[in-house]
Amino acid sequence: MTPEVLTLSETPWLFTGVMLVKIIVAFVATLLIVAYATYAERKIIGRMQSRMGPNMTGPKGLLQPIADGLKLFFKEDIIPSQAHWFAFILAPMMILAPAFISISVIPFGGDLQFTYDGTLYAVPMQITDLNIGVLFIVAMAGLGVYGIVLAGLASNSKYALLGGIRSTAQMISYELAVGLSIVAIFMLSETLSLRGIVAAQQQPLWGLESVSFIPNWYIFCQPLAFVLFVIGSMAEINRTPFDLPEAETELVSGFCTEYSAMKYALFFMAEYANMITVSAIASTLFLGGWGGPFYGWINFLIKVFAFMFFFIWIRATFPRLRYDQLMFLGWKIMLPLALVNIVITGIAILLW
Amino acid sequence: MEAILFYLTATVAIISAVFVTQCRNPINSALNLITTFLCLAVFYIMLESPFMAAIQIMVYAGAIMVLIVFVIMLLNLGLAVKERYTHGIAGAGVLSALILFVANYFIRYGEATGTGGSVTSEVISSYGHTELIGRAMFVDFLLPFEIASILLLVAIVGAVILSKREV
Repeated sequence: MTPEVLTLSETPWLFTGVMLVKIIVAFVATLLIVAYATYAERKIIGRMQSRMGPNMTGPKGLLQPIADGLKLFFKEDIIPSQAHWFAFILAPMMILAPAFISISVIPFGGDLQFTYDGTLYAVPMQITDLNIGVLFIVAMAGLGVYGIVLAGLASNSKYALLGGIRSTAQMISYELAVGLSIVAIFMLSETLSLRGIVAAQQQPLWGLESVSFIPNWYIFCQPLAFVLFVIGSMAEINRTPFDLPEAETELVSGFCTEYSAMKYALFFMAEYANMITVSAIASTLFLGGWGGPFYGWINFLIKVFAFMFFFIWIRATFPRLRYDQLMFLGWKIMLPLALVNIVITGIAILLW
Repeated sequence: MEAILFYLTATVAIISAVFVTQCRNPINSALNLITTFLCLAVFYIMLESPFMAAIQIMVYAGAIMVLIVFVIMLLNLGLAVKERYTHGIAGAGVLSALILFVANYFIRYGEATGTGGSVTSEVISSYGHTELIGRAMFVDFLLPFEIASILLLVAIVGAVILSKREV
């Protein structure tokens, strides 16, 4: 018996209920991961630098994120008197919202089948499957810039303004390289839907039957695009070594210098939410999404956590780039490499 | 349902477009312009062209407006634009009222001569909107596309020459 697909017109209540459950599960899971990513980051970096990390609040310091959240929540919320108050309040929201919206198109598992009222239904474990999925994510990443730009502009502070200007330039330059590196994936998968891209990665490698135990993950055909994507995304979400917008040694705290209390916390939540989004996109596009040895979403979470560990590891290891080095890397190395990669992929597709 | 959504979006689009011209602070104008672009993207989705919507957000809201905000930031226009430019606004207002009147006249009393095109909802759902645009751009209208790209190239070369101290 082939399962039915839920639609709004035929089973409106069931459809709405299932959608709400999916949205709540994805949202709560992301928030939880955001909270404990801060804990994991402090613990891992502490261990790498021969320190303990947080260990006083709760067993092994596990309640630290909750304590931090409570502390920031009850602090006084200060808006500088010369600040542009509307943009000042809007900025933290505009940086956090795109990060969470992007989660909505990422498939985190295969189809879930259940019987209701005698009919078998199949529900994809993905909030919605847009047929322009990847473009949607790129567009949302583009909107994320405004949070930082507005924060820098509205604070009426020199440090914040410099941080905002730096981040604008940085994000515009690296968006191009990231977008172009993904193009090679579209050319191979011939679809823009993330579900389709995951499905295309589940055949054996390059269609060879002899190595059928290796899946056709795009990291094997597109190693260059993968490296470009990871480096570019790290620059886009302002992680070390690309955290020039908030370089503590020069700019105090960059674009969030003037922020306090919950607004400040929102900026940090956005940083971790962006990290989760980027990890999820990278594992969907290059590492076969939810495909793998275990049950669907477990594979996916393992890949996402591996990426996040990698980002934290990089932060513990690398020094910050200088501004001219950053621009040099973005425009003179990554952009030409991404273009060359597209041309080579095109020739390869024409030949085979 | 779709009509309600259309009118809501249209109201937001028009109100924010009015605010673009009315705000004294250039940052507010820029924010309102971004809102207008987002509303246009919603219209594209309602017209079954999600690709255009994504491009609208990526290019206009994500790149061009960021550059405009960047310029506002660097020039610190906050105080410079505070005087009113009444003459320009009045002229533009008269002109746009005239255009609105003419367009309304044609819509009400004119006759639609064109027939429905070949791209209908069925074609889009069976073939894919992105594929249709790709085919139109790279197969049917290849020459205009190339001419446009050469124009852009010329503009880029010009910008590089203008910004260099010694050529």
